[in-house]
Amino acid sequence: MVLDCKHVWGHISGYLDNDLAPEVLEQIQEHLDHCEICSAILDSTRNILILTADERVFELPLGFSERLHARLNAEIKGMSATAPEDV
Amino acid sequence: MNAQTVAAAHGLRNEARRIASILAGNTHEFHDLIRPYERSAYIMALSMLKNEADAEEVAQEAFLKAFRNLGSFRAESKFSTWLMSIVLNEARNRLRHRNILKIESLDDTGDEQEHDSPAMLRDWREIPSETLERMEVRQLLQQAVASLPELYREVLVLRDIEEFSVIETAEALSISVATVKVRLHRARIMMQKSLAPQLKQLNPKRRWLSWF
Repeated sequence: MVLDCKHVWGHISGYLDNDLAPEVLEQIQEHLDHCEICSAILDSTRNILILTADERVFELPLGFSERLHARLNAEIKGMSATAPEDV
Repeated sequence: MNAQTVAAAHGLRNEARRIASILAGNTHEFHDLIRPYERSAYIMALSMLKNEADAEEVAQEAFLKAFRNLGSFRAESKFSTWLMSIVLNEARNRLRHRNILKIESLDDTGDEQEHDSPAMLRDWREIPSETLERMEVRQLLQQAVASLPELYREVLVLRDIEEFSVIETAEALSISVATVKVRLHRARIMMQKSLAPQLKQLNPKRRWLSWF
């Protein structure tokens, strides 16, 4: 069966997650082997997601951890008089 | 891969032991319990609130809430999933408080065509991660995430940035696995659509060496 490009786009996310049924995967793979547009769309999507997940994109503010643990410390010490309970 | 799975299982057992210990009174161990999740909590909050100061405060509140409610944590879900659902709730409350929670009408079963058209390209030259040293590139990516509709953004952040599994993402958001997959697909295509044309235009170093 010959797939059209739009059909392939509908499976890009499933393809990236390795979440396609074997027969669908085979059809998509065959299409990708011959279609430079769909291959470029797939490659760019994968590339963009890898870049987005990189730790350098979103950084913790300076001193975040120190401020957080100081606040937790105050809470934990305040609670040590009483046992932690569900609120 | 196998070693990784074993290590992950080991990590989870340690975590369960630590939680039991905290509940038994060793409250100071809570610091170490949450250390691996500081970044995730902040990024989730930031992606929702789009403001660094608010995100930090909401992340702190979420950790405090997790500490106070640790007794209600049930070990059938992962601590990270449970924690992230608290962050999400805190962030949503803050948005509501700010009164800027926009009602977005998103029809998951509706016409997918308009959401699912990627940017057309004839070729794609791999953009290496070193490019992220450039502030403008980091900002492009941050803006693309920030401009996703909220329902798609939270799924993309959990799945593709925090690297939760599809099942964990569904649990953290209290939605079905099928819904996660639909939203994730749209979010990813939207990212491609907005970023591929912009990233393609980045001037690669030594471009003058290239013949085309």
